[in-house]
Amino acid sequence: MNARTNKIREIAKQLLDKHKVDVVIGFKKGTIPLKNVPYFARNSKEADLLVWDGNCVGNLANYLSRMGDKRSAVIAQGCVSRNVVGLIQEKQVNSDNIYIIGMPCTGMLDSRKIIAAVPGEITEVTENDLYVIAKGRGFEVTMNRNDVLSRNCDRCTVRNPVLFDELAAEKVNEQEDPVRYERIKAVEAMSPEGRAAFVDELLSPCIRCYACRDACPLCYCPECFVDKSSPQWCGKSQDSSDVLSYHLIRAFHTAGRCTECGACEDACPMGIKVRLISGKVEKEIRESFDGFEAWKNLKTQPPLTVFKRDDPQPFVKE
Amino acid sequence: MEYMRLNKKNMAVFIEELGKICEVWGPVKDGGQVKFAPVSNVKDMDLDGFKNSTMSPKEIFFPQSEIMLSFQRSGEGANIYRDEQAQPSKKAIFGIRPCDARAFRILDTIFKNDQFTDNYWFSKRDATTLVGLGCSEPCSTCFCTSVNSHPFDEKGLDVLTSDLGEHYLFKALTKKGRDLLAGISVLREPSDANIEAHMALRKKAEDVMTVQFGTDKVKDKTVLELFNEDCWSGISEPCLNCSTCSYVCPTCHCFDIQDEVSKEGGERVRNWESCMSWIFTVHATGHNPRPTKKERVRQRFMHKFKYIPMKRNGEIGCVGCGRCVALCPVNIDIREVVKQMNS
Repeated sequence: MNARTNKIREIAKQLLDKHKVDVVIGFKKGTIPLKNVPYFARNSKEADLLVWDGNCVGNLANYLSRMGDKRSAVIAQGCVSRNVVGLIQEKQVNSDNIYIIGMPCTGMLDSRKIIAAVPGEITEVTENDLYVIAKGRGFEVTMNRNDVLSRNCDRCTVRNPVLFDELAAEKVNEQEDPVRYERIKAVEAMSPEGRAAFVDELLSPCIRCYACRDACPLCYCPECFVDKSSPQWCGKSQDSSDVLSYHLIRAFHTAGRCTECGACEDACPMGIKVRLISGKVEKEIRESFDGFEAWKNLKTQPPLTVFKRDDPQPFVKE
Repeated sequence: MEYMRLNKKNMAVFIEELGKICEVWGPVKDGGQVKFAPVSNVKDMDLDGFKNSTMSPKEIFFPQSEIMLSFQRSGEGANIYRDEQAQPSKKAIFGIRPCDARAFRILDTIFKNDQFTDNYWFSKRDATTLVGLGCSEPCSTCFCTSVNSHPFDEKGLDVLTSDLGEHYLFKALTKKGRDLLAGISVLREPSDANIEAHMALRKKAEDVMTVQFGTDKVKDKTVLELFNEDCWSGISEPCLNCSTCSYVCPTCHCFDIQDEVSKEGGERVRNWESCMSWIFTVHATGHNPRPTKKERVRQRFMHKFKYIPMKRNGEIGCVGCGRCVALCPVNIDIREVVKQMNS
């Protein structure tokens, strides 16, 4: 068992035994390779099932806004901690009820990359700081861990939690992202027709399961616009304009709030790179508002939620 | 002849000759997905290492969005209706897995009762011959043997194919299947050894796929006992309440009907819907009898493993294809759920 798993269990047991929290939200080992399951430990026996490795994909902050009055501890990497800050700022959770077990992060694995790199069905995956080893019937493939990280983790510049009560590991070095928005810039460079065709192609596998929305900690609305029936804002069919409307409107709702955690992309059963759309919105916000990044601390509010008398954009006053 | 043999060298001719009888569909790669689609040439098919399609093939007979009829405004507000059901093409699908064919059989009994027949399903279904492919190497997510089936199950198929390496062995199971194979010139009578090899392959696949859970106690418990089990809170807790499991499932069949209207007229469309969705059960009053994900998650598993078997002579409403196991974003594994229901 790795040191991080050990430390999480130790912290979780203390918190639960001393009744500091009612539940510790983490992950337990999944039933198939490359998948862990979000897990809610409520006593020290259950805490022994918590694990930490490269398969802890998804954003645990997503569950916090649904915990009611329960005092919850959550294991939070950089991105998750930022989303907790967001939930506190947006008053979706009471910070007194939240205990953040900070987890300096070395990135999660991209299961699709690993599956694509091996010749058959994977039955077992092991990893260490440097390598990932995938085994199956008649093969064993060793990969550099950095080569098979999720794309958002690969480029992540906030690996250490921005807010925490306790750390479960030593802080890690932060990375630079010299080619930020590389993919988005490539799309921007296309002609309008080319962009339309690109987005059509991008979204053509969408089955409208809304896993991208449901995996997102920003999407806590009790009733999503896409589910409204009276009036109905968005058509329900597979018509490409309705599919596009859903994705565009959802992306707009993340403006200035998205932490690029990648939970949307990881959740998509069809492997759609949905972050190309929300990432474009994130880029616009960053460029329009002095390099703004969402939820880096408890004080700075997202630019679209505040009014300033000296707002440089004159349309606000007109 | 019940059994026929095809040398794989003649696969191109086989597909070509089938193509003269009807449209031929097979597994093809489309971006990151595998799906069943029309093929004109054996090279279009992705048979090397083929496991199964990403989405269930139910979408061939029951598309995610299907226009049922259209209407147009004319003169003084009167509408002219037009039936939009296309005359489906006659087709043969090569490579359908036995689990998915069994799912079609379950859906047949749902899309038809003593009063109604759903023509949108049956017009396409009846025009199709299923040339299934037995699973010599089931996936680790598969569990057909736990739901009263096996990797070479013949129920629901018109022809069962065994991959013998150099040859394919075809077993015609219905008149449709026999008629289809009768039109092909490159089929030969198999040797006894071929048939033995097929039986050995089948035995080996069944042995590999051991029964992973029982359903006896689910059958014995009453609906209310199961309904009120404590397990549902824990099972549903990690659920995101997305519709992935329902949409990739070969037996989920719920739909919503919408009129898409403009000034001039419109279309009536039926779209897949999912019991995981909040809006699925919300009433016009605002009351929702399945208000939280616990009730919604419970519904999905109860439907597959209790309600369908109760209504349909014990037939389980899950065929063990494992798509939901592989694709659930939070790894809610139906096998583990049934183990808890059956405890």
